Amino acid sequence: MQNLRWKVITILIVFIVFSAVGVYPILASWKGLPAPGWLKEKQLKLGLDLKGGVHLVLRVQTDDALRLETETESERLREELKTRNIPFTSITAVSPTQFKVEGIPPAQDSAFRQAANEVSASFDRSSGVNGTYTFTMRPNIQVNLRDEAVVQARQTIERRVNELGVTEPQIAQQGAGGDQILVQLPGVADVERAKSIIGSPGLLELKIVERVAASKEELMVNGRVPEGMEIVPGTSTAGDTGNLYYLVKKVAAVTGRDLRNARPSLDENNRPAVSFTLNSEGGRKFGKVSGENIGRQLAIILDGRVQSAPTLESRITTEGRISGSFTQEEVQNLSLILRSGALPASLTYLEERTIGPSLGADSIRSGVLASVVGLLLVVAFMLVYYKLSGVNAVVALIFNLVILLGLMAYVGAVMTLPGIAGFVLTMGIGVDSNVLIFERIKEEMEAQRGVRASINAGFARVFWTLVDTHLAALISCAFLFQFGTGPIRGFAVTLTIGLISNLFTSIFVSKTLFEMVLSRRQQVATLSI
Amino acid sequence: MHIFKNTNYDFLRWRWHAIALSWVIIIVGVLAIAKNGIPKGVEFAGGTVVINEFDQAVSVQQVREALDRNFPQGGQNVVVQAYGDPSQHQVMIRVPSIGAEQGASLSIVAQQANDALKKSNLGNFRTVSTEIVGPTVGRELTTKAVLATVLSLVGILAYLAFRFQFSFGVGAVVATIHDLLITLAFLAFFRYDMTLNVIAALLTMTGYSTNDTIVIFDRIRENLRSMRRDSLNHVINVSVNQTLGRTVIVSGTALLTALALFFFGGEVLHGFAFTMVVGIITGTYSSVFIAAAIVSLWRGTGPTRAGAHAPTPPSAPAVAVQPPRRQKPQRKVRAS
Repeated sequence: MQNLRWKVITILIVFIVFSAVGVYPILASWKGLPAPGWLKEKQLKLGLDLKGGVHLVLRVQTDDALRLETETESERLREELKTRNIPFTSITAVSPTQFKVEGIPPAQDSAFRQAANEVSASFDRSSGVNGTYTFTMRPNIQVNLRDEAVVQARQTIERRVNELGVTEPQIAQQGAGGDQILVQLPGVADVERAKSIIGSPGLLELKIVERVAASKEELMVNGRVPEGMEIVPGTSTAGDTGNLYYLVKKVAAVTGRDLRNARPSLDENNRPAVSFTLNSEGGRKFGKVSGENIGRQLAIILDGRVQSAPTLESRITTEGRISGSFTQEEVQNLSLILRSGALPASLTYLEERTIGPSLGADSIRSGVLASVVGLLLVVAFMLVYYKLSGVNAVVALIFNLVILLGLMAYVGAVMTLPGIAGFVLTMGIGVDSNVLIFERIKEEMEAQRGVRASINAGFARVFWTLVDTHLAALISCAFLFQFGTGPIRGFAVTLTIGLISNLFTSIFVSKTLFEMVLSRRQQVATLSI
Repeated sequence: MHIFKNTNYDFLRWRWHAIALSWVIIIVGVLAIAKNGIPKGVEFAGGTVVINEFDQAVSVQQVREALDRNFPQGGQNVVVQAYGDPSQHQVMIRVPSIGAEQGASLSIVAQQANDALKKSNLGNFRTVSTEIVGPTVGRELTTKAVLATVLSLVGILAYLAFRFQFSFGVGAVVATIHDLLITLAFLAFFRYDMTLNVIAALLTMTGYSTNDTIVIFDRIRENLRSMRRDSLNHVINVSVNQTLGRTVIVSGTALLTALALFFFGGEVLHGFAFTMVVGIITGTYSSVFIAAAIVSLWRGTGPTRAGAHAPTPPSAPAVAVQPPRRQKPQRKVRAS
């Protein structure tokens, strides 16, 4: 008897705790009842398909990061060769991971090798004919750079999304190659703005202008872009830079990496602009460059386009301004993007889903309706077929559902539309355990055993069957979880938690209920089953 | 109440009929798939799906004409369907193409379709949902779905081989593959799109169908102990009969909930619920008629005990069917 009392107390505590976590907050938010904040925080979370929002899958073009590294290394080697006075005909990047040096005179060969050793430690060098050398990035460095690019891109996107002020965003790496980033923004309606902010490279470069011309050809020397230089187009919409091309140094004086802050402001003509502040390192570099180039133009380049090219009138250190023909909103977005830093590589969109809140609400409504209808059908059937023992099964079923909701809320699992389907199926399949036990009890009673013995035998004999069926179902759930994204994962989680709580309710709760009924009576001859 | 009291059907006698019937359905399904292919949902095929909600009722025909007139990608490939509750005037437009994956232009096709509708003056509408999936995602997802299904079957086979015996594992897995094929046949026949939700339902169904099979196998294993002199086929028949009530009742309750989902669960869950309904029916059928029949075919007939008159079954002796730890609860029950 002592034993039974403890069982009942355990069950009641479990029921109260899980109702408090899983069911009460839902009722409270639905009916507007008071609930403490910590409980509200634990409320069952809804997936994007029920709440509405944006779901994006992007791929990080990690080749960009490799290309940048290769270019930077080749430029460093070029500078090094110039300072050491080693002649060469050209240094060109031939692929994202390779660059070629041509025309090293045989006499300078060992000097070149020495210079190369000091500069490009992350590249393998192979020599060809006529003083040609090919530098190939080491495979392990390539892997590291690609990984870094994805992680940096994810962090940058996280910063941008946080600045957007989205509640409970989800940003994660995924995909076979590990180069995809999943972004889920619940409740965001303006998809285009979110997309343009997330995907914008946000690369700010300040470069000294060598020459300006109306066409690319005018800037070329013998049909080629001069070594170490590049041609950057102006923005076609802006008045003073429209249809102009700028010949600038390839290596930037200062980049967005040295940025400390960026904020919307106005330029001298009261047009929207973005003011930025450099950190001390950037300020030092910028001060040096601006001091040496007074009277020349400085190109402010954003994502490969010259926004403006003011003439340097004095030495500038930490403060600067980007002006162009921006709207107020563009200025807001641009400051946000610059503050969160540049993306290390460009992004492509692989998948885009928008679920309007009204569609989500429809889904919830039909999901709840299906749950209620399913529950009523199962309850009616169990009561008609098993009479009073059916009450036992129904109590166990309701326990099962309460624990399921409570556990999901507690572990922070997300309820999705397929998750609701899992919830409904848990009812239908969950009574399986009870049916199995009850049918066995019936059989035992037909074999002329006493009621108590039949009940004990029923539970004991079915125990391992239940373990087998539940474990087999959990195996398919595990693969479902592994394979699925978003909604399907929610389904697998719901089903898994439902299976585990079902094992508890069908064996422990249901048996205790039988024991409670039997303990009231001395002689038990019949059982309503 | 008892629906099946002391039944004594000879299920194994009908096993060839059952197997023949299953083959007929599967072959018809395979032919249907071969002829028309499995229609893929947008998440597998890639493409653009837009769901618009109009202020007043518009017919599918009006939307289609509007798209044919003003939409550059219009034509045969565009699917237009009424969506959800008719009172909400929702229309789904599906286009197999997407905007370029480069930059942020993925949604261009969706915008063009909406622009075409605006030009045709069909009244005000709001876009309630957009779904744009590039070919890369679709390809990866297909591989993952196939892999998940195959691995979950292998996992179940391994578990059953460990808990029972290899022949039982084979029986359960053959029954499950049978259910998958039959369900696919029905999906192809009723032209349901293969979506993520349908895959989820297929995987759930495999778990469910194995459940049914395990309950029967468990009873066979138990009876093999007490009916040592009877033939395997007799033991199988007795076991299937003993569990028949439970099998039918559980399928009944599961079917009730699946039907509740089918009729009330809304448009998005339609394919899922249909798959579950078919899966539950075929899962029950295969547990009763196919799974045990495969075990019997695999092991041959004859007395279950090794060393009896008939030749030894090809697989391990039947004694090993039962893991030793099952003895314990058994004895306890008898004592109580």
